[in-house]
Amino acid sequence: MSHHEPLIRDSLSGKVLMNTEVKAERCYQCGKCSAGCPVVDQMDIPPSQLLRLLQTEIPSNDEKILRSHTIWLCLNCEMCIGRCPMEVDIPPMMDFLRSESIRRKMVNPKAGNIIAFHRSFLESIRYTGRLFELGLVLSYKSKTFHLFQDAGLAPEMIAKGKLGFIPERIKKVADMKRIFSRTLKKGVQS
Amino acid sequence: MKIGFYPGCSVDGGSREYKESCRALAKAYGIELESVPDWNCCGASAAHNLNRELALALPARILSLAEKAGMTDLLVPCAACYNRLMLTQHELMKDETLRKNISEVTGLEFKGTCSILNVVHWIQKWILPELPEKIKKPFDYKVACYYGCLLVRPHKVLKFDRPEDPQSLDEVMKLIGATPVDWAFKTECCGAGLSVSKTDVVADLSGKIVRDAVYRQADALIVACPMCHSNLDMRRREINGYLKQNVSLPVIYVTQAIGLALGIDRKELGLHRHFVPVNLPEKAEATK
Amino acid sequence: MARIGVFVCHCGENISATVDCDRVAENASGLPGVVHSVDYKYMCSDPGQTLIKEAIKEHKLTGVVVAACSPRMHEPTFRKACAEAGLNPFLCEMANVREHCSWVHEKTESTTQKAKDVVRLLVEKVKRNEALQPIKVPVTKKAVVIGGGVAGIQASLDIANGGHQVLLVEREPSIGGHMSQLSETFPTLDCSQCILTPRMVEVAQHPNITLWSYSEVIGLDGFIGNFTVKIRKKAKSIDEHLCTGCGLCTQKCPVRKIPSEFEQGLGTRPAIYTPFPQAVPNKPVIDKLNCTYYLKGRCKLCERVCPTQAIRFDQPDEIVEVQAGAIVLATGYDIKRTDFFPEYGYGKYKDVIDGLQFERLASASGPTGGMIRRPSDGQIPKNIVFVACAGSRDPAKGIEYCSKICCMYTAKHAMLYKHKVHDGTPYVFYMDIRAAGKDYDEFTRRAIEVDRTKYIRGRVSRIYEKEGKLVVVGADTLLGGQKVEIEADMVVLATASVANPGSEELAQIVHVSYDRYKFFAEAHPKLKPVETNTAGIFLAGACQAPKDIPESVSAASGAAAKVLGLFANDELTREPLVAVVNRMAPPLFSTCIGCFLCQPVCPYNAIEREEFKTRDGKLLKAVARINPGLCQGCGTCVALCRSKSIDLYGYSNKQIYTEVSALLDEALV
Ligand SMILES: Cc1cc2nc3c(=O)[nH]c(=O)nc-3n(C[C@H](O)[C@H](O)[C@H](O)COP(=O)(O)OP(=O)(O)OC[C@H]3O[C@@H](n4cnc5c(N)ncnc54)[C@H](O)[C@@H]3O)c2cc1C
Ligand code: SF4
Ligand code: SF4
Ligand code: SF4
Ligand code: SF4
Ligand code: SF4
Repeated sequence: MSHHEPLIRDSLSGKVLMNTEVKAERCYQCGKCSAGCPVVDQMDIPPSQLLRLLQTEIPSNDEKILRSHTIWLCLNCEMCIGRCPMEVDIPPMMDFLRSESIRRKMVNPKAGNIIAFHRSFLESIRYTGRLFELGLVLSYKSKTFHLFQDAGLAPEMIAKGKLGFIPERIKKVADMKRIFSRTLKKGVQS
Repeated sequence: MKIGFYPGCSVDGGSREYKESCRALAKAYGIELESVPDWNCCGASAAHNLNRELALALPARILSLAEKAGMTDLLVPCAACYNRLMLTQHELMKDETLRKNISEVTGLEFKGTCSILNVVHWIQKWILPELPEKIKKPFDYKVACYYGCLLVRPHKVLKFDRPEDPQSLDEVMKLIGATPVDWAFKTECCGAGLSVSKTDVVADLSGKIVRDAVYRQADALIVACPMCHSNLDMRRREINGYLKQNVSLPVIYVTQAIGLALGIDRKELGLHRHFVPVNLPEKAEATK
Repeated sequence: MARIGVFVCHCGENISATVDCDRVAENASGLPGVVHSVDYKYMCSDPGQTLIKEAIKEHKLTGVVVAACSPRMHEPTFRKACAEAGLNPFLCEMANVREHCSWVHEKTESTTQKAKDVVRLLVEKVKRNEALQPIKVPVTKKAVVIGGGVAGIQASLDIANGGHQVLLVEREPSIGGHMSQLSETFPTLDCSQCILTPRMVEVAQHPNITLWSYSEVIGLDGFIGNFTVKIRKKAKSIDEHLCTGCGLCTQKCPVRKIPSEFEQGLGTRPAIYTPFPQAVPNKPVIDKLNCTYYLKGRCKLCERVCPTQAIRFDQPDEIVEVQAGAIVLATGYDIKRTDFFPEYGYGKYKDVIDGLQFERLASASGPTGGMIRRPSDGQIPKNIVFVACAGSRDPAKGIEYCSKICCMYTAKHAMLYKHKVHDGTPYVFYMDIRAAGKDYDEFTRRAIEVDRTKYIRGRVSRIYEKEGKLVVVGADTLLGGQKVEIEADMVVLATASVANPGSEELAQIVHVSYDRYKFFAEAHPKLKPVETNTAGIFLAGACQAPKDIPESVSAASGAAAKVLGLFANDELTREPLVAVVNRMAPPLFSTCIGCFLCQPVCPYNAIEREEFKTRDGKLLKAVARINPGLCQGCGTCVALCRSKSIDLYGYSNKQIYTEVSALLDEALV
């Protein structure tokens, strides 16, 4: 770090750097990430542009990022970093932006489903140590009121022996409680 | 011969045919797959989407338990779990403070001594050596090997053969008599993480994959990941809707394909559990 | 007895405003051995110098200390003045009381004290100075130019026209380099062959130039003015004196399917071949790796058809040593091939080609006769995509620099394409258009405005084949990163320019340094762009960094000017500030114990082995000897030598110790 650069910057870009070692300034806006991103068409801000917004270090742009749908659509498929000439590690940056978006209560309304799904998923793990797929689907559906979407899938899954009815539990469920309570301080995420 | 086994939730649940075929293969080789005692879910995409520490602690517990059980080789058939376990091991090994913190969270020591094998590496190490002699019925089909994201990326950590147009799955397929097609979607994402919450995106991404495999005249898609499998198989209805065409291309796990070549019973390989029926062209089966 | 004179300069007010000059002079006059001490406003002025000269004569001085500025500027001035007064110039030293005192300290008593101290040190040192004679080395007025691309050709012609002998060594069967492969050249679109061929012929006919093609430099010894160059002349399997270049052999050779290097693999050549019709020399060579006779022991068809019996299957490689006074490196560059790009198919798509391949397609003499036809099926592409910065400016691929020439040649390619395929559409994916140069930006604008090339600002993420088309997936960053997919018939990658594969090896053979990308390193990026760190070896063209033709030619002429400047002297004079290994009477010969640990640390390879033998040839002792022609006086060996056998003239251990103890003595008092 050069001598005229303050160690801690208050901008979102500074926080990204602190938390993920991703340096937004490295990005020279070539667009290769956006070109290869499988979900770019669905995104409101393509990944390269998200980096551009980050580079400006302007509060309103930071907010645009945290309120974007993009950060929730990113699949962490690693295609972008796999090809980025400047090795800007976008996926962990996206992870951080998502948690920051939740923390600052700026979650994009369209991301509700996605977060609900992740939460249901984690809930299942928290209480049993494993993922109970039927439970996940039911819990997710009840969280999003999409009760009948996917309804066609379940019976066939059951018929093919793919869905169990009874959640499996690990023996030391206490381990899960410990892990969850120590990592998710204040229990925001679940 | 015993080796460590981490099935993970989907392979243990919705994608149980993958586990069944792994076990069937192992049995044919006299290998015992010993599950990690009291294993938990690795947290998959949900955990690291929401919280980094949690995303490290869940896999760390699994690895610590495997270490404690003295496992040196750990087979992780699910590419998603494999990816999480590998990345966790990588992160924890390069940062001692983090390693201490996470150990503190899990209450278990972490040494990083397990060699984590994905299914392709497992096959290369344990199954290939005696494969040619064991083949009863060559798997004489045109196949499109689909690697997905999680097996090959990030290349710096996973070091799968090569980052674009990987070859090792194709090489395995050639050994059992199949003809891999040269196609363009080997490592394009199928939409894994958004399977339930964004079905439309999945239909689009997986649809492109299926379409290219059909265009290259593949008889089957070969996969090594339960997430890919469920997107390409279970979501076929949506895919067909997206493609505006009914595609009957079956999606087969690499372990099932090898199993078929070894003459293992279809049911033991769990082929009946697929949504898209595994009906391989008759001519080929008849000629062998 | 030493008779030292001290001359303290005020440097106008530069020194005297901070240092009390007359007190420094007064103090010096009391130092042991000092017989004369004065101060003066400007010592470097004529009257100042006269002051010194007269004092030398009047006081019969045996040493002079000028307390003034840094020796960098005026040491030569004062040494010259001393010499004019009959004192050996190396008996004059400078005490730096400006940069080391007045400019860096406040006006205080201790500043003046420091100036006094500095003068005292130098007085002690100069008492131990020895009269030295400058080293003179003779110059061999012949240059060896390595590499016969446009840069090597230009350098050879310039030196030869200056009246000196040149040996041009080219690795390939013909000179011409990459320029001979080009179709038309930016920014004027003149035909490359048309402007290059006359130069190539001139080389062949110039009375001062000897051309050794199919040859390589394999060793280099000696130093500036006196190099010995070892060259391997690879067997061409042809007697060049008999061969008339009729070409019958090349027509009859049954092996015809060898990918032609000159055509970048787009065409083929026989086993006995001249790389291209205008080749110089225009006589064939046999490619032993592909000739049926060398492989299987039969054929000899060429021998049968040759009207002059010029074929020599048993010709051996020849190794020759040549004396030369200067070397010019002009070995050029190479480009990355398409297989360097995983995301663009690892080179597996035939219709994804590199820039040089496009040059061949666009050349009237090329494999398609100048028609733009795609390699896979010979169709004329209607949609063509050019990808700029392919591999350049790409730290992830290990190449961080900009290749500099590709923006321009990509614009040229788009234009050439449009001139030949009127109904086609050229697309260019680019990151920046780097077109700084005379008429360059105008040129790229023409590609956009007149030839209607679609420039899209973004990098291409991947290329894949689908239904006979190449799908090029990129993004338009000027539209915010929107995805762009173009179904192209052909793709041209402007792949990175890189150092020649053999450059590292050659650099080690001739002892020049190279940068982390293995391009040869210039001695100074601004002020010595054609010199290397090794005196007498110069750089021309793209072997130093990616360069276009105008730049390569300028650099070549620059290097030639340096060589001609060197050859203007019969002898070279060098400062004698070099290291020596001491010598004494037999049987000791030297305190050097012959460990030769100094040899590898010398950055200039100046340390040799000297053997003392009895009359009947029995080895008595081997000790190190330092070649004064090569030594640059860096002192590394002095510090290393465990038996303290090496000393540096002008900075001997004795001199340095005295200086230090003079300082300590005072401090202790
Ligand atoms: C696709 C493309 C298009 C271009 N178009 C243009 C253009 O339109 N206009 C323009 O100004 N520039 C253009 N250039 C740049 C141009 O090619 C270079 O500027 C020029 O060729 C550099 O000349 P050179 O003599 O330094 O190197 P080179 O042309 O590379 O010549 C080097 C010579 O040294 C020989 N050699 C190498 N190693 C050894 C060795 N160890 N011993 C003996 N000989 C050796 C080689 O065989 C070769 O003959 C283009 C480049 C490319 C890639
Ligand atoms: S690929 Fe990398 S450098 Fe290019 S725009 Fe994306 S993040 Fe920036
Ligand atoms: S990791 Fe996210 S941003 Fe990167 S390519 Fe995949 S989906 Fe797009
Ligand atoms: S046939 Fe003989 S004279 Fe003619 S080019 Fe060949 S070697 Fe030379
Ligand atoms: S010259 Fe242009 S195309 Fe070539 S590397 Fe530089 S910017 Fe890229
Ligand atoms: S002084 Fe330096 S250049 Fe001279 S011989 Fe010693 S190491 Fe070599």
